[in-house]
Amino acid sequence: MATREVISSGNELSALAAKDAGCRFFGGYPITPSSEIMHEMSDLMPEVGGACIQMEDEIAGVAAAIGAGMSGVRTMTATSGPGISLKAENLGLAQMAEVPLVVVNVMRGGPSTGLPTRVSQGDVAQAKNPSHGDYKSITLCAGSLSECYTETVRAFNLADRFMQPVFVLLDETLGHMHGKAILPTEEDVAAGIVPRKQFDGPAEEYFPYECESDQPAVLNPMFKGYRYHFTGLHHDRRGFPTEEIETCRKLIQRLEDKVELHKDEIELNEEFFVDDAEILIVAYGSVSLAAKEAIRHLRAEGIKAGLFRPITLWPSPQDRMRELAARIPKVLCVELNIGQYRDEVQRATGRLDIDGLFKVNGRPISPYEIVNKVKEL
Amino acid sequence: MAFNYENYLRLEKMPTLWCWGCGDGVILKAFVRAVDSLGINKDDVCVVSGIGCSGRFSSYVDFNTVHTTHGRTIAFATGVKLANPSKYVICVAGDGDALAIGGNHTIHGCRRNIDITFIIINNFIYGLTNSQTSPTTPQGMWTVSQQAGNIDPTFNTCDLAIAAGASFVARETVNDPKKLEKAIVKAIEHKGFSLLEVLSNCHINLGRKNKMNSAVENLNWIDSITVSKKKYDSMTPEEQLNLFPTGILKEDKEAAEYCDMYAEVIKVHQGKRKTITQDDFKKKI
Repeated sequence: MATREVISSGNELSALAAKDAGCRFFGGYPITPSSEIMHEMSDLMPEVGGACIQMEDEIAGVAAAIGAGMSGVRTMTATSGPGISLKAENLGLAQMAEVPLVVVNVMRGGPSTGLPTRVSQGDVAQAKNPSHGDYKSITLCAGSLSECYTETVRAFNLADRFMQPVFVLLDETLGHMHGKAILPTEEDVAAGIVPRKQFDGPAEEYFPYECESDQPAVLNPMFKGYRYHFTGLHHDRRGFPTEEIETCRKLIQRLEDKVELHKDEIELNEEFFVDDAEILIVAYGSVSLAAKEAIRHLRAEGIKAGLFRPITLWPSPQDRMRELAARIPKVLCVELNIGQYRDEVQRATGRLDIDGLFKVNGRPISPYEIVNKVKEL
Repeated sequence: MAFNYENYLRLEKMPTLWCWGCGDGVILKAFVRAVDSLGINKDDVCVVSGIGCSGRFSSYVDFNTVHTTHGRTIAFATGVKLANPSKYVICVAGDGDALAIGGNHTIHGCRRNIDITFIIINNFIYGLTNSQTSPTTPQGMWTVSQQAGNIDPTFNTCDLAIAAGASFVARETVNDPKKLEKAIVKAIEHKGFSLLEVLSNCHINLGRKNKMNSAVENLNWIDSITVSKKKYDSMTPEEQLNLFPTGILKEDKEAAEYCDMYAEVIKVHQGKRKTITQDDFKKKI
């Protein structure tokens, strides 16, 4: 497949990917360290006849994006942890009404205002359940400049496939990292776009929420003769509020099953020197870059370390993690939080002896810190 | 010939969940009659509502309809409109929805002057949730959250909208459905942000505890606090106290509309014109 080389930053690459993937609406609000995505979108969207609007707050930013998505447009918002906290309720509406949306979160130190200009991976748990109620989050996590692009593209296609918000987690290090990225060509990305399903029969036979028990809603664009209803309430096959017992149960179960039963379409991992590994490092995002460097040093010293890097964090690659943990004696999670993903690794593997190297002071983890930790194990 | 409501109402959703005698039904009928008189295709209309009794409005009308989260109608509608500038986007919200939890979106919708029609149904109370104080509850009235009498100062919805930059601002009541219908027509026709406040009754959750036990008593009270703008303007400030003028309070047909201006932004980015300057806002594009 043909490629192209681009010198850019993680945030800018995420915006470029959105444009190339057919995104035509961006609603946002300024927040460090993600603002450059909105800056870039304010250039890119009007260039292609789309729209980018800076709204009055984070809540309105995501609401405008969802509104555009309801009308049928590929749509995106970008923010950081405090913004996700504010957007949470409307993200729940998008889950419930099944509106596709890409949400980029460039993670910074938390909780609260935290460390606005410094790196963190503190929003990994938040991404799993940002809003109240039952639903299944899809969360992708870029681990390189190139992946800031490719994972954003993938997020748009997954959002339309599963008809729900899809998170792309970047972190401050990646968002502001500037360098060369090797990307697929614009033509290849355009050729890979899989738009949301549409119903093309007569309007009186259209029931947007009447679908197989493991499939998403089929939501036609507005203004095309298919008039139906969006709501955050439990709803029937046409989208109208209902409290009918079976309809309510089936709806929420379907929101779970449409993702849970199709995890194979979402899961993506990288394995680096895993085949003969005696020590398995689990890391994701910018931390995985330091982990790879550490593994090269450890291997040079004869220590058989390897990396398992989930690119899709949620739903987690639990089966693969269980397989690896069954044969590799030592497992170490390296994270810029206090073990938010280690909890998941423990759950998935059934092992409580998972070691951790965690950092929450806003500074990146260096390869030498990882090397030293591995030698202590 | 009798008006054919069946063409616009989702009859299978009737009866509404609104109480007997509620003004929301009057507004619903006036609204669909207004859309009909404008000859707008149903497919070209999006109606957005929020949370509260008014939130159900969108589910009863046969358009493209969205029932959003509490207070966020204007924010969602802004996305729908900016992505589809040629379509009609109409928001319906209550006083709590539009002025308390959604107050920020209301003022910024006015400020942007985006071509959205915003019908605020002001019944002076949180009706659906049983009588809590709203930003428009008159001082001294009983509410379930202020049983000694409301001490919170009240918003004047239309003054707020005018100050925030809405280019069309009007106020009507449910007491005169014909005038209301005409006002809705005017509001929809207006290019720019049009805000129409409709004073309505909630004899169940405002009236019962405030000496207005029936719809009629509540409507009579609304009559007693409203005068036409013409009469209002002839009154002294002392006479105007606690009265609301009705009719069109502001109509600026020259103000730049947001989607029109965004079309200019697109031209800039596509190399079809120079960057936008203050001069662009002095004449209608």
